Amino acid sequence: MHLNEKELEILSIIETNSRIDHGDLGKMTDQSTDEIETALKKMEDMRVIVRYATVINWAKVDEYEGVTAMIDVKVTPKRGVGFDDVAQRIYRFKEVESVYLMSGVYDLSVVVRGRSMNEVARFVSEKLSTLDSVISTTTHFILKKYKHDGTIFDQVEEDKRIVVSP
Amino acid sequence: MIKTGYISKTITDLKPSGIRRFFDLAANMEGVVSLGVGEPDFVTSWSIREAAIASLEEGRTSYTANAGLLELREEISRYMDKEFRVPYHPENQIIVTVGASQALDIALRAIVNPGEEVLVVEPCFVSYAPLVSMAGGVPKTIHTLKENDFKLMPEELEAAITAQTKAIMICSPNNPTGTQLGKEELIHIAEVIKKHDLLVIADEIYAELAYDEEFTSIAAIDGMIDRTILINGFSKGFAMTGWRLGFVCAPKEISEAMLKIHQYTMMCASTIAQYAALEALKNGMPDVEEMRRSYLRRRNYIVKSFNEIGLECHNPGGAFYAFPSIAKTGLTSQQFAEQLLLEERVAVVPGDVFGDSGEGHIRCSYASSLEQLQEAIKRIERFLIKKK
Repeated sequence: MHLNEKELEILSIIETNSRIDHGDLGKMTDQSTDEIETALKKMEDMRVIVRYATVINWAKVDEYEGVTAMIDVKVTPKRGVGFDDVAQRIYRFKEVESVYLMSGVYDLSVVVRGRSMNEVARFVSEKLSTLDSVISTTTHFILKKYKHDGTIFDQVEEDKRIVVSP
Repeated sequence: MIKTGYISKTITDLKPSGIRRFFDLAANMEGVVSLGVGEPDFVTSWSIREAAIASLEEGRTSYTANAGLLELREEISRYMDKEFRVPYHPENQIIVTVGASQALDIALRAIVNPGEEVLVVEPCFVSYAPLVSMAGGVPKTIHTLKENDFKLMPEELEAAITAQTKAIMICSPNNPTGTQLGKEELIHIAEVIKKHDLLVIADEIYAELAYDEEFTSIAAIDGMIDRTILINGFSKGFAMTGWRLGFVCAPKEISEAMLKIHQYTMMCASTIAQYAALEALKNGMPDVEEMRRSYLRRRNYIVKSFNEIGLECHNPGGAFYAFPSIAKTGLTSQQFAEQLLLEERVAVVPGDVFGDSGEGHIRCSYASSLEQLQEAIKRIERFLIKKK
């Protein structure tokens, strides 16, 4: 799928700020609001833009209970469908946040979110490792998120410059 | 109170910078949205900061050669050749300076004899005329016009030249107008410069921040390299203002003269900053490009917004300043800026501090986050409605 320069520019801006006003987005990229909305609609239809999400630092929320684990999974690829078939069997579980096919010593990287370590452990031992194609799993629990999707969580954006300078 | 006469006459006669007054006004105010900042809003890239830290850990805390680390001058030479197609020899044509500001100073002191005139193209950076005076020269102003988007016209230049004219200072892209001189325009200006045998001090500190037309250095124009003192640095393009690191490239003889002043007054630029600059040139270009794109978006936003809310604003080709006209409000630029600050808490710099031809305009730096710019536009619009 080929996108033009303006569409790429829109993506690059909304990737970090999906709530930006369409009029302002238009001003920044030298387009009318209508043109912006047409381009967004087109990219949504193409599923280039898949979803508008929010980055939340759950660690700051006392009420939040949950753990995230990254699981390295080795699998046997199937003739004809390769890794896609087993990946599909894995990503259909609602506990699974992401599934990536990786280069290197294991095949699939699976991110799983659960309410407790126990819940994740149960998922791995009962659901994941019991799949036919799965040879082995290694589970890593995330202890603390410092930076996520390009954003440093604990950073206070502070302008250290003097107010007026030549 | 000390005796009058203790302070040198040259310094007594210098006008204090008009920016100072606004700084004092704004500095103690809460909730100010500032469009008055003449520096990038990016913090220097971590890889550059990391290289500086590493240089300290390795104990690189001594002086460097007067002209700067040879390794850095070699990188500068490659960079200038690659980016701007201007060949300068690292051994004897490049001096690493304490910011572009010091480069301007040694350039002027190296060429100006007492009483010789140096042409200053206004509106311009506040220190040009004082630097000429401090070097013993006489600053002569050329007023560029809004109708020409503040571009220097060859006829204006020709008209300002006298028998005493030694040099002209040109800044493109310009602070405060953002105006960039294109290749064709530079060729015409260069014709006049060559005809009258002038030198050029070219302040190209904003060269990396050109948005619409590829940047052309005046030194790259035919026959100009031998009469150009080219000044550039790391402050703006690489977001390294506080490191105070610039450089100056010039014909060998002029470089030697500048190096004399530099060695007696400065010894050398800060060693740690030089190591940081080395990393900037080796690995920092992708960040420069990313920052340039980010400024471009904000320029588009602010220029369109100004025109929309009724402040006529030409499209500045480079730097990170918009220079809208406030003439239709009937206020002077000082009144406008002061009332805007007091009533709406938006800091801008009145255009007249950059020279008389800046009157009727305000300098607005768009090196601030989009949220800040949006807020500033909202407040300025409210202010304009009130003043109608």
